[in-house]
Amino acid sequence: MPTIKSLDDLKRLREEAQKVKELRDQTGKTQIVVGMGTVGIAAGARETLKAILTYIEDHHLPDIILRQTGNIGLGGQDPVVQVTLPGADMVTYGKVSPSMAAKIMEEHVVKGNVVREFQIEA
Amino acid sequence: MRELSLHLLDIAENSISAGASRIVISVREDLEADELWLEVSDNGKGMSPEMVQHVIDPFVTSRTTRKVGLGIPLFKQAAEACNGFFNINSKPGVGTKVTAMFQHSHIDRMPLGNLEDTILGLILGTPQVNWVFEYQYNDQSYTFDDTDFKEALGDLPLSDFRVIEFLTNTIKNGIDQTKHITTEKGVVYANH
Repeated sequence: MPTIKSLDDLKRLREEAQKVKELRDQTGKTQIVVGMGTVGIAAGARETLKAILTYIEDHHLPDIILRQTGNIGLGGQDPVVQVTLPGADMVTYGKVSPSMAAKIMEEHVVKGNVVREFQIEA
Repeated sequence: MRELSLHLLDIAENSISAGASRIVISVREDLEADELWLEVSDNGKGMSPEMVQHVIDPFVTSRTTRKVGLGIPLFKQAAEACNGFFNINSKPGVGTKVTAMFQHSHIDRMPLGNLEDTILGLILGTPQVNWVFEYQYNDQSYTFDDTDFKEALGDLPLSDFRVIEFLTNTIKNGIDQTKHITTEKGVVYANH
């Protein structure tokens, strides 16, 4: 897959993506939310978000909706990451370091197994 | 916070919470004047003068109805500790502009830190906002307005790995080249 260098490349990529869009719409998407309130940011939420982006980039993961939100309101658990697989309940993880984020991506997002040891009550 | 870019991220989060649809983040390094300017301006719901006072100094005002964090007071303190200043200009229904200036060479000035990851996270994490990032290094400047980028993107998800790669490279190169051009002219400054 060639690297995108310009907005024109991006437009071409969009056209390709359009062709597989119907298929994608049927399978559903995984949603990942990172809490980015003041406490979250101070606790390293930007690095956690970056680790998730890097994982998606390195492993070419499709169909992920990544969002950031303000304070999720789970005091002392920052950085907080919430993962919702298509058709499944939301799972909340606390004190997620970049390496933990990579493990959550691999085990939960890719393989579908909740990482119980990092899970917190939300 | 360990980096000024984390403070910028924190202020930008406030703008998102204020319902802004357009947020401009501006960083200006002026080594000749020995100044570092950071600014976040938005078209969010804005604040009354009382509210501004409250977010700047939550322990002085008597109002207790609204929950306010310590991000802004800490940012203000950081700027003032470095021979700089901090200002909030806000108008209800119009928007808010937060400005901080630091003495660039001040020993206590936190590093700018990872500006590109900060901007990347904001653009990718909040697609509903039109982000504009301006970076100025002495007389060179770089602007990234995500309008064209999003238009080219169309239905393609922001989380597509190729899109992430493109955006990461674009912003990083933009910042790097802005700094590099200045240096090439033979004006070399201490790099913080």
